[in-house]
Amino acid sequence: MDTRELILQGSRLPQRGGDLMTLNMGPQHPSTHGVLRLELTTDGEEVAAIRPHIGYLHRCFEKHCEVLTPPQIIPYTDRMDYLAAMNNNLGFAVACERMLGLQVPEKVEHLRVVVAELNRIASHLVAIGTCGLDLGALTPYFFCFRDREMILDFFEEICGARLLYNYIWVGGLSHDFPEGMDDKILRFCDYFEARIDNELNPLLSFNKIFIKRNADIGVVPAEQAWAFGLSGPSLRGSGVDFDLRRDDPYSIYDRFQWKVCLGQGLMGTVGDCWDRYWVKVLEMKESLFIIRQALAARPKDGDVREAVPSRVKLPVGEIYCRTETPRGELGYYIVSSGGNTPDRVKVRAPAFSNLCVIDTASRGMLLGDVVAILGSLDIVLGEIDR
Amino acid sequence: MEFDDLIRHIRAALPEAVAEEHPEAFSPWIRVERGQLPELARLLRDDPSLDFAQLMCLSGVHVPAAGDAPETLWSVIHLFSPRHHHKLGLKVVLDAADPVCPSVAELWPTADWHERESYDLLGIRYLGHPDLRRILCPDDWEGHPLRKDYQAPATYNGMPLD
Repeated sequence: MDTRELILQGSRLPQRGGDLMTLNMGPQHPSTHGVLRLELTTDGEEVAAIRPHIGYLHRCFEKHCEVLTPPQIIPYTDRMDYLAAMNNNLGFAVACERMLGLQVPEKVEHLRVVVAELNRIASHLVAIGTCGLDLGALTPYFFCFRDREMILDFFEEICGARLLYNYIWVGGLSHDFPEGMDDKILRFCDYFEARIDNELNPLLSFNKIFIKRNADIGVVPAEQAWAFGLSGPSLRGSGVDFDLRRDDPYSIYDRFQWKVCLGQGLMGTVGDCWDRYWVKVLEMKESLFIIRQALAARPKDGDVREAVPSRVKLPVGEIYCRTETPRGELGYYIVSSGGNTPDRVKVRAPAFSNLCVIDTASRGMLLGDVVAILGSLDIVLGEIDR
Repeated sequence: MEFDDLIRHIRAALPEAVAEEHPEAFSPWIRVERGQLPELARLLRDDPSLDFAQLMCLSGVHVPAAGDAPETLWSVIHLFSPRHHHKLGLKVVLDAADPVCPSVAELWPTADWHERESYDLLGIRYLGHPDLRRILCPDDWEGHPLRKDYQAPATYNGMPLD
């Protein structure tokens, strides 16, 4: 009998009397990935229910949008999901361009895909690193951050910022790639692909303890995943073959060869924590494929600000536009009455919907498993609270 | 299914449900009377040829009075069917004096938090919601910040806010 079964058996002893206890996890807790408070109701070592309390990081993003023009809103989108700011910029720019009917130059489209996929890798590296860190694996975390650092260095060279870029503008980009950037990125792709296979996988993915802590934990079946609005790696971890880059295409993703990675229950049940983790590892490799293709196909000449309108005035109407960020479906619902500023911008943040499944996924699990489930859902409180 | 086919299909099952249709919009939507919403929502989710399994987004919007148009609040739902790859927007237009809308949290659990957010920031009350309380603002916050006429308070629990 393994430890987990012993603990479970112990906690089910009849003399315990079935008293429920309420515990607060957070708001200041290293494993809540930000300022999140989970009100845990525990039955011995088992979780009976979780009530998440969010809002500690609420910065009134949607209220700010009422008085800002679209180009002014883009820097604010950076600050929602600050681990994948490029993808947030991109989502908003695509929504505005669809409303304006704006055609974006080929070169811009290709560079956008490159930075968006690089940012996806950087974001997944944080997710993977902290996922291990929360479960006691300290070393892979440093390796992940070492590689993420290289991507941040690229971004710094491209646009001057390491975290909050304001890089993708409506109709274009703020800067062109500097000389020699393509080669640097390609060298990184080769370097990093080997790191995944030779370092990350043996050290963390197939680590016996890591598998024990993640396999069969926090299982979310496919149907439940849809019902709770899960998206991105959390949805695909449940074995759902769905990716907005392929199934609701935007930008030029339909031109590239890559595959959607799914959880298959390799270590346990489909939709467990390990599957959600594994999907992210596989996706990083797919992102490398996309980056190589985009760099190979990209036009060298052209001004990246060529199609940037001098004034962005959204036409009357409303749009719900969604894109695939590292965490899943980022939707912008924009209502405009033709003025300089939109009437309403509502953000459907992927982590917001991903987090609300935690109560259902955690019931009956051990207290320590909550940390694993939270880590595998890969939340960023900045976009949950907005 | 294309938008027109969707509307035809819905009208065949629930003749009263579609109050207005807007196929020309960037994201095509229909207006639904709030009394019709629960029945329509159930149809949209459960009819195999509609099969809207995903609620992408639920948003609230405040529209102040302009000219003859009265002040209203919208509760907007965006649905997607992963099986058929079609989308539909549902809009319930509510009188600002009586912002009560039926909840769809029972059908799509993800709506739970979105409705709480809409209640918190716009003051739309969702009937039948399992746990309607504020989500982003503190529980003792006053007012609904995303209303256009919202005045930020000068103090919160005795603390100056500016």
